[in-house]
Amino acid sequence: MRGSGTWSLIFALAALALALLGLATGSVHVPFSDVWSSLTQPGSSGTFTTIVRQVRLPEVITAATAGAGLAASGLIMQTLFRNPLAGPSVLGISSGASLGVALVMLAQPLWMMLPVPREVMVIGASLAGAIAVLMLIVLADKRVGDGITLLIIGLMVGYLCSAVINVLQTASSAQALKDYIRWGMGSFAGVAIQRAGWLVLPVLLGLLSSLALIKPLNSLLLGEDYARSMGTNVQRTRRWAIWTTGLLAGTITAFCGPIAFLGLATPHVARMFIRTNDHRLLMPATMLLGMALALGCDLLVRTSGSDLPLPLNAVTSLLGAPVVLWVILGGKRWVSSDRP
Amino acid sequence: MKALMHTNRLSIGYGSNVVVSDINLDLHAGEMVALIGVNGVGKSTLLRTLAGLLQPLQGTVAIDGQDLHRLSAAERARKAAIVLTGRPGTGMLDVETIVALGRQPWTGRWGTLSVVDRAAVTDALRSAGAEHLRSKALGACSDGEAQKVMIARALAQATPVILLDEPTAYLDLPNRAAIVRFLKQIARTGQKAVLFSTHDLQMAIDLCDRIVLMRRDAPLWHGSPADALASGELQQAFAGAGIHFDPATGTHRFTP
Repeated sequence: MRGSGTWSLIFALAALALALLGLATGSVHVPFSDVWSSLTQPGSSGTFTTIVRQVRLPEVITAATAGAGLAASGLIMQTLFRNPLAGPSVLGISSGASLGVALVMLAQPLWMMLPVPREVMVIGASLAGAIAVLMLIVLADKRVGDGITLLIIGLMVGYLCSAVINVLQTASSAQALKDYIRWGMGSFAGVAIQRAGWLVLPVLLGLLSSLALIKPLNSLLLGEDYARSMGTNVQRTRRWAIWTTGLLAGTITAFCGPIAFLGLATPHVARMFIRTNDHRLLMPATMLLGMALALGCDLLVRTSGSDLPLPLNAVTSLLGAPVVLWVILGGKRWVSSDRP
Repeated sequence: MKALMHTNRLSIGYGSNVVVSDINLDLHAGEMVALIGVNGVGKSTLLRTLAGLLQPLQGTVAIDGQDLHRLSAAERARKAAIVLTGRPGTGMLDVETIVALGRQPWTGRWGTLSVVDRAAVTDALRSAGAEHLRSKALGACSDGEAQKVMIARALAQATPVILLDEPTAYLDLPNRAAIVRFLKQIARTGQKAVLFSTHDLQMAIDLCDRIVLMRRDAPLWHGSPADALASGELQQAFAGAGIHFDPATGTHRFTP
């Protein structure tokens, strides 16, 4: 298990390769030499440069950021809840964020008079929704304390949120509805380069905060009592983890839609390779693998061959759902779900 | 002998439910003490209170002259380590990583192990006789091995006091003997105070320096194993239908 840092290096190289491939491929093929020149030469112009800079670069940046962020938030939740099936999409956190976004997008006339930029409103609503659901899940976790029940609660929260969203949909304009449905299918393509900072900066903050959680998360692997006996302030760690996962999942959902399974499945795939739960190795590996997987999914979306891009959520579900089945059926591969 | 830990009129329990009150107990450097009592009498509650996992209802626990429950979690973790009952489900963690977790109170922000930390981990593994398990997953260890690993983790924590909740439960006789010899060695060579709960009366009488008896509706009793037998305290603690005490052998026997 020593020297598993090499896997992180491999994941990083894979992410880099997929990012370059992502810049080159699409409806128009851009040769690598032109990709390189449009990235490195500020003065260059032409169709290829425009495509790379205005269309593909923001998409690649968005995919890499969202992949790393969702994967980190999934890992934190899995350790915090001692539940291998925890993740932003299954526990209803994405649904909470979606409800927030729906309130802004669908009930637009209500917010129009507020002197707040739309981005801020969407991010704020998404964050509020994500963190509200997280707090609910933490409360439920303390009360029921069993992984499967928690999952069902997350599912129910998801149904409740979609029900409210459905009601909102009937009362909204056709254009707003169309925008919302497209957002709901998930996409890394919708973020213009000028707006990318709104996504990248909060997620970067969340990733740094995840790295800072490595030590207390490791102690939590032995359970809360052991963690406390080894000097971890469990209360503070839990609060910090909630804000971090909320910030990551909330921001990413606001920009990319509720992306299924990426947050849940990535830590498991990372564990498959590095074979340890030690967060000092697992956390960076999970972030880098999340980047690579998101870039790979995005590439599949764009190269499906049809005129219409595949819905991103269809791709992530096709890849992610089998991982969940594998975790459930493979059962005791990592036994953190049982409580002491 | 110097008292490492001292409780002063300590009352333990949960919320308004007082389990035992007025506990005055000293733990000394270099001694191994057995905590004995029937199920549900409050052994775990006492151990968890002494480890700082539970707040006392009244009274204080002093360690190195400081009030244990007024220290921060991190400071407290340098004073007392605990081994809880059962084995934690850690899945993919190797033995060395688990023992290294014991160094957390001593490491910095990122938990990076220094040369000193690594040496402490190796020493703990060696004295547990668990060096060969280093890279084995805890889940793949036998019950006896896992218990040694969890004790090695507490040892790596380098605290003056080590508390253990039923460390010999679920173990066969040779493993029980091995664990208790290990604990005695920790107490003697490390000059630590070791307090552990057990239902193994014979072992407590044979091997421990002192016995602490917890009984329902009676104050805590503590003294040497010989005193416990001579005064009849031990016999009374377990008096009930179906067992009787045999003074000739100093053991409890089952009556048909």
